[in-house]
Amino acid sequence: MTITMILMTICATTLVYAAPLIFTALGGAFSEHSGVINVGLEGIMIVGAFSSAVFTLQFSTVFGGLTPWIALLVGGLFGALFSLLHALATVTLRANHIISGTVLNLLAPALCVFLTRVLYSGKGQTPVINQSIGNFTFPGLAQIPVIGPILFTKTSLVAYAAVLVGIISWYVLYKTRFGLRLRSVGENPAAADTLGINVSRYRYIGVMLSGLLGGIGGAVMAQSITLNFSAATISGQGFMALAAMIFGKWHPIGATGAAIFFGLAQSLPIIGGYIPILAGVNSVWFQIAPYAITIIILVIFLGKAVAPAADGENYIKSH
Amino acid sequence: MNKQQSSGLIIAILSVAAGLLVGGVVMLVFGYSPIQNYSNLFNGAFGDIYSIGETLRNATPLILTALGFSIASKAGFFNIGGSGQLLVGWFGAIVFALHFKNLPGILLILGAILAGMLLGGFWSWLAGFLRAYFGTSEVITTIMLNYIALYFVNFAIKRWLAPKGSDSSANIVPKASLRTPFLEQITNHSTFHWGFFIALVLVIVMWWYLKRSKTGFEIKAVGLNEQAARYAGMNTKQTIMWAMLLSGLLAGLAGAVDGLGNYQNISVSNALPDIGFNGMAVALLANGHPIGIIFAAILFSALQIGGLSISVYSTTPTEIVNIVIASIIFFVGVRFLFEQLLNHRLLKKHALMKERLEK
Repeated sequence: MTITMILMTICATTLVYAAPLIFTALGGAFSEHSGVINVGLEGIMIVGAFSSAVFTLQFSTVFGGLTPWIALLVGGLFGALFSLLHALATVTLRANHIISGTVLNLLAPALCVFLTRVLYSGKGQTPVINQSIGNFTFPGLAQIPVIGPILFTKTSLVAYAAVLVGIISWYVLYKTRFGLRLRSVGENPAAADTLGINVSRYRYIGVMLSGLLGGIGGAVMAQSITLNFSAATISGQGFMALAAMIFGKWHPIGATGAAIFFGLAQSLPIIGGYIPILAGVNSVWFQIAPYAITIIILVIFLGKAVAPAADGENYIKSH
Repeated sequence: MNKQQSSGLIIAILSVAAGLLVGGVVMLVFGYSPIQNYSNLFNGAFGDIYSIGETLRNATPLILTALGFSIASKAGFFNIGGSGQLLVGWFGAIVFALHFKNLPGILLILGAILAGMLLGGFWSWLAGFLRAYFGTSEVITTIMLNYIALYFVNFAIKRWLAPKGSDSSANIVPKASLRTPFLEQITNHSTFHWGFFIALVLVIVMWWYLKRSKTGFEIKAVGLNEQAARYAGMNTKQTIMWAMLLSGLLAGLAGAVDGLGNYQNISVSNALPDIGFNGMAVALLANGHPIGIIFAAILFSALQIGGLSISVYSTTPTEIVNIVIASIIFFVGVRFLFEQLLNHRLLKKHALMKERLEK
């Protein structure tokens, strides 16, 4: 293979694996900036993957090639609905955020595999979807010398969409009134409250945005990688997205970058065989890398409060 | 039983009832019979001596991981790493049992259990060490360590333990197994093994430890108020690491006991073992009380074992029992709801009655 071909394969594979992580990590950022820790991202992704797979199987004859894209939104919608449970538990019913997030992770696989068995005559997995998100070549951009073939030929369109959502998320969180209020609720809910900001409403919105984006993330997994739904469709990606968000220091752009880096780590075992230097390295190191790096990053930033100040704290309004 | 414990018991019972109710409603919605399924579940879990053996065997690692989770939470830490610690414990025990198979039986078993415990303990201690010296959130580090454990153990099994083309290690020699003909006979050939009694002993040891020992007291003190504990002259860093180490030793023991008693080998796995998370659920339901953990573990184990016979006698998917378990923990988590519903009145009345009775 030529250098260009190798780089093209690395970029494309990296982006395919990064896309679900980017969406979900951005979702995590919204939730945590509103002050609600969300370790339930894994569960939310499962719901997104399941609902999108079912949608594609049901409606592919109606919407044709557009189906997987609509399915992403369906996954997001159901993810948001599912995350409502987390918001209800943590914001309204003052549950511990970790316990509630764990409930999402316990409930999602149980519920989704249960429904899969109900819908598909007792089988634990859905049939393979017949419309999926394949690769995409950007017209025009692909003609640019060197960069064109590497970045814009036969690549993952949904990953570019994810990066765009990352930039939008940064703008929303740091440049709009809504973002400022959402962050104020996560930093100092009592102060926000005295300024007339409805803490509960903003926290609900933060959690549901994490449900929306996490659901889309899960749907991307089902629509572009596994191509069906089973208990194994989402296996740790939600936790990896959580790690990406922390690695990115809770910042949308940082989270996006970290997710791309983790995507690279995930794709290396697959493409490592083509790259002479990496061919000898055992794939286990690539599998472990994202998690080990996250721990190291946390240790390096020791003592620096990077998480929102009131992250994980329930706000109890005094009467 | 003090007031806090009795209100914990009421909430646990209400949560279980509410969780079973949710499961029943889900079954009704999808056209399955809750009554038929719940009675099949009960029979599958407790119907005969064989089922009871299976239920108790399945409860064993749940008791131990729950004990591990609760000791860390007594010190104020959320050890989500039970799954990873259990997995490395299982791995350590099997490796020891395979490698030293020429040792006499009792030494072989003790060595294998110790190897598993130490690996599990080390895995958890790492998170405690990072927490004590770098302030790194143990929630995040234990999650990350879970996946590192999963991928490393898978790699190690394929590389060193499994024959070419296989995904499982060889079986351990019979003398390393915790199963015995005696226990198998009295439970009609179930997989019931010595591990359950090891778990019971540890429940008592931990109960005593937390109530009576100096370091047990220090763990609770750090959990209640780390700064106050430091002012009182306790070495909080040491206590944090000690609590996390203990927690991991117990989870590692769970893995070792399950590996030596139940599986007899170790296989490559796609996902982290559920037992870690279910053990956490057990500890939450029991509110960290050692004796409560026995009952909560048997309850969840019964749901799982009984759940298997749900799908034997009907078309209802077995996953329904996991929906019930998740719902129970949801209700435990939102105890505030119950406290509001009961409006403290019922709880107060209950405590008052208790007081009078005790007089």
